[in-house]
Amino acid sequence: MTSPAAIPGQRSRWLSRTAVNGTLLLSVLYTLFPLVWLVTAATKDTGGLLSGEAFSFKGFDLGHNLSQLASYNDGVYFRWYLNSLLYAGGGAAVCALVSVAAGYAFDKYAFRGKEKLFGVVLLGVLVPTTALALPMYLLASKVGLVNTYWSVLIPVLVNPFGVYLSRVFSASYIPDEALEAARIDGAGELRTFWSIGLRMVMPGFVTVFLFQFTAIWNNFFLPLVMLSDQKLFPLSLGLYAWNSNTHAEPSYYPLVVTGSLLAVIPLIVAFVSLQRHWRAGLAAGSVK
Amino acid sequence: MRPGTTAADTGPHPDTAAARTAAAHTEGAPVTAARKASRTRRARGRATGAAAGVLLTPFFVLFTAVTVVPIGYALWLSLFTEKQSGLGFGGATSVFSGLDNYTAALGDRAFREGFWVLAGYCVVYIPLMVAGALALALLLDSTLARARRFFQLALFLPHAVPGIIAALVWVYLYTPGLSPVVKAMNSGGIGFDFFSSGGTLPSVVNIALWEWLGYNMVIFYAALQAIDRSVLEAATMDGAGEWRTAFGIKLPLIRASLVMVSLFTVIGSLQLFTEPLILNQGGSSTVTSTWTPNMYAYTAAFSRNDYGLAAASAVLLALAAALLSFVVTRLTNRKGAKA
Repeated sequence: MTSPAAIPGQRSRWLSRTAVNGTLLLSVLYTLFPLVWLVTAATKDTGGLLSGEAFSFKGFDLGHNLSQLASYNDGVYFRWYLNSLLYAGGGAAVCALVSVAAGYAFDKYAFRGKEKLFGVVLLGVLVPTTALALPMYLLASKVGLVNTYWSVLIPVLVNPFGVYLSRVFSASYIPDEALEAARIDGAGELRTFWSIGLRMVMPGFVTVFLFQFTAIWNNFFLPLVMLSDQKLFPLSLGLYAWNSNTHAEPSYYPLVVTGSLLAVIPLIVAFVSLQRHWRAGLAAGSVK
Repeated sequence: MRPGTTAADTGPHPDTAAARTAAAHTEGAPVTAARKASRTRRARGRATGAAAGVLLTPFFVLFTAVTVVPIGYALWLSLFTEKQSGLGFGGATSVFSGLDNYTAALGDRAFREGFWVLAGYCVVYIPLMVAGALALALLLDSTLARARRFFQLALFLPHAVPGIIAALVWVYLYTPGLSPVVKAMNSGGIGFDFFSSGGTLPSVVNIALWEWLGYNMVIFYAALQAIDRSVLEAATMDGAGEWRTAFGIKLPLIRASLVMVSLFTVIGSLQLFTEPLILNQGGSSTVTSTWTPNMYAYTAAFSRNDYGLAAASAVLLALAAALLSFVVTRLTNRKGAKA
């Protein structure tokens, strides 16, 4: 890899640069390879897929795959898509608001037991979420929420790490002077939060929203435990159900592959267009 | 200084504008301006306390409902067993059984084997992940790297792919007939079976690495970028090369992110479930329905309907996670003290 830069000579510097960028390029090929396969495989019919020649353009059938996807089982796929948008969009919006409110309170107010309470939040970050799914399922069945939208929505409204991030963002985006000025103008505390604090911490809000949206969109275990009605499935669970049919019925392969590709697109678009926000989120998490 | 204490700390004189406006608005009573002001100050203290309460309540109510209560309920459940009454008529009743579920789980070979599988997975996966992400971040942060934004984005993209889809795609890439990789390997004379007993662990590790490598790399990279550049310049002036700077200066300075990534990786690894589940679906006979402790708990709950056993195994897994988190924090702290 890199030889010491102190060694004089253009050649060794050139070699080091090639080695460094070559290694990075190889790792990028590794991360992009399955995605490229997914794109080309989505254009294949069953026969084309099973011949293992996904990279050639033989048997280009994307249009047919898409219409299959739209019509199969009365278009249940797009129902799952809407469900995923609802779970992820609604859940992430509420979660971000709840997190930002709590983070703001932790940052801007002094009250007794504050750091102890914040310690509880940090401990919450470490709880393995899959261990909670089973007791949550049993509790939900007691109150009659199993197999409803709520059973998947309520648990994802909470993200202790979002509170941690929000506190960091609140400290860096909202100067105390701005709040003091609002108070002098006679604004109440909650009004100050709503009209000044929330607006100033907006970039942080978007970051928490983006990460929670991703987490919910990608969530699989919780819906697997909670839902049995296909109409309530998010994409992840629906594709899983289809995949379990592929062995008996290979014609499910194009459905799963094309469906997977469409399911990945919104997040890729979000991450490419909101680069500043996820970079800020990961930076805020890492520096402390 | 916190806003809640500002007014109280300004002393007896009503010299803040807020106090003055407040005083001007109160009705003319035979009290001095100073006393009025102190009363508004106290009211402000109460108001901020109430505001903090209002802002914190939604989070803590939800947190209690979906974290604290389920933990308590899992502990409670793990102490009971369902007993069929009489000949099985009249349904099942819950009977307190102490630690029976725990001894049953620990006494079950399948559960213990699950922990061994998990241990093997952690031993391979965690060092590969942490070292790999760190190495890539250091390369990207070195003065030699080009196109940094592109590399960062391209490496991060797998995070946008749901775990289940990542697992599906990789399992298809492992499947003979479907996979161009297996085809290419076969024509190159390499016959590797990703579903064989020896191939399963690497197959699972690869999927998890692919999903999280870039994510963790970006965390390290962000920490590296936050290092004061003058420190690095000083090191270069003193004749330290890229290697020396990376390991002697950069690494100790990003210890906090190292702890965080290690913690999250450990906790994530212990919950291993999705990838082996898909591998099992894809036709691997090595991956049984109780291959990892999490799969064991899932099977106990939803195939055997033994909630007590499932709860006990979930609690044991959570305990293992807590223990390992503690060890990681301890180890990294000690390393820090020495450095």
